[in-house]
Amino acid sequence: MFARRVDLAPNRDGTSRFLPWIIGLMVYLAGLALSATMVLEQVIDRWSTGLKGSITIVVDPSVDGGDAETDARIEAALSVILTTPGVLSATPLAPDEVAHLIEPWLGKDLLSLDLPIPRLIDVTLEPNSAIDLAALTRQLETAVPGTQIDDHKIWLQKVLRLARTSELIAIFVVLLIAVAAGATVMFATRTGLAVQRDVIEILHLIGARDTYIARQFQGKAVSLALWGGLLGLFLAGVTVLGLWLLARDLEGSLLPAVRWSPPFVAGLAMLPLAGAVIASITARFTVMRYLSRML
Amino acid sequence: MFEFEGANHLVRFENVGMRYGDEPEVLRDITFHLEPGSYHFLTGPSGAGKSSLLRLMYLAHQPSHGSVSIFNHDVATTPREELPNLRRRIGVVFQNFQLLDHLSTLDNVALPLRIAGARRETIQEHVAELLTWVGLGEHLDAHPRTLSDGEKQRVAIARAVINRPSLLLADEPTGSVDQEQGSRILRLFEELNKIGTTVVLATHDRSIIERYQHPVLRIEKGTLSVRWDVTKGKK
Ligand SMILES: Nc1ncnc2c1ncn2[C@@H]1O[C@H](COP(=O)(O)OP(=O)(O)OP(=O)(O)O)[C@@H](O)[C@H]1O
Ligand SMILES: [Mg+2]
Repeated sequence: MFARRVDLAPNRDGTSRFLPWIIGLMVYLAGLALSATMVLEQVIDRWSTGLKGSITIVVDPSVDGGDAETDARIEAALSVILTTPGVLSATPLAPDEVAHLIEPWLGKDLLSLDLPIPRLIDVTLEPNSAIDLAALTRQLETAVPGTQIDDHKIWLQKVLRLARTSELIAIFVVLLIAVAAGATVMFATRTGLAVQRDVIEILHLIGARDTYIARQFQGKAVSLALWGGLLGLFLAGVTVLGLWLLARDLEGSLLPAVRWSPPFVAGLAMLPLAGAVIASITARFTVMRYLSRML
Repeated sequence: MFEFEGANHLVRFENVGMRYGDEPEVLRDITFHLEPGSYHFLTGPSGAGKSSLLRLMYLAHQPSHGSVSIFNHDVATTPREELPNLRRRIGVVFQNFQLLDHLSTLDNVALPLRIAGARRETIQEHVAELLTWVGLGEHLDAHPRTLSDGEKQRVAIARAVINRPSLLLADEPTGSVDQEQGSRILRLFEELNKIGTTVVLATHDRSIIERYQHPVLRIEKGTLSVRWDVTKGKK
């Protein structure tokens, strides 16, 4: 009953036809980028628990220097490790403990041959330490050549870094899309203003304030953006659901199972609303600026 | 706002010039004032500048020099946000009607009320009543492009007076209607003038000027030949 009255001519320019599609496309892309951040967030969360706690450092034994030389190498490695921030403690394992650990693979007999056995240092990390394993490896390499860190963890750390960077890029992409949406609405509004200049002049002469005219452009921009946004959200939802079903068939091998986290689902659902808010603010700003140059 | 001693002029022009863009001035050295409740005819040959003078009065154009005051507000120094308040007190019948083509007759006439924030029921009632009075009761939902020029003119007049303006500026308001309807419109203006509306009516119809004994502002080639001394209020 109290429907908003619009004095502007409807559809006098093409903008109202293409604006919903462009906003729809943007919401679609933003939806995909946001879903990517959700997946990456969960991957990071789960994989980084694998990095917590402890790491193992492997020190090659000295071949001709004997046990004394090997002990010296371990001492040197320990001094590097213990001065590294984020390390809580480091304990070298005694040779027979190591032998016990590798017994299942090499057998008792082989051990009795008195071959030089690699020595292990058990390193306990501070909770949530952001220790750079690759850097530590390089330091150890120069101090004690032939020292390695359990390389599965280094790989994991690199993957995590990649995942974190990708997540930042995805967030950046969402922000870029927001800016592009604003620019699109601005150009569409400017076209509308130019096309409706005569109508605006009459409204002004009858006593309309700039805010009255701006409200009408805002209302139009919001409804077009909402339509486009809902369409984009629907398509993004279908795409993400499809990918999710396909990924679920992998039976959790490559990727950890992704859950629909409520904040992200809410964020996804808010995208058309965010589009509408951007459209409203941009339209208002554009109209007010344009009108301030008219009499 | 500032006031001259004893002066309370609804409209005051001092040495006003006006031009469109970079073209030569179409109005030069215009000086006159209108007192509240006065009624003036504005006449002169086609192209003399009648519509242009009215444009200055309804704040559609800035003077190129001199000063224009409306309701004791100097237009040049009035902040932009104040202009709508002044414009809402001015009713304008445009020479080419300036109706919004995509709005119905009813909505066109309701526009000034809606812009001023009147209540919906008030709008509906007043607008329908006025349109019926000007003989367009049958065309409330018609769009301007389906109306004859005479009908459009009456819509334009209804829109100009719906808000009970203090200043009514009518540019050839009887140019497209027949004699009988013309008389009806002129009688409406007389009535409005009697209840205090200041009226300026641009026309080159001598018979109208002769029938009603109102002072005449005459423009020729951009200058006002009859100045403020004849601009007495109503008799
Ligand atoms: N928008 C415009 N741009 C440029 N020049 C204009 C414009 N409107 C009017 N003019 C010029 O200004 C002069 C005065 O025109 P105006 O319309 O005020 O005359 P008028 O007295 O109302 O004429 P008429 O009786 O035919 O309505 C004319 O020379 C006209 O060519
Ligand atoms: Mg004219």
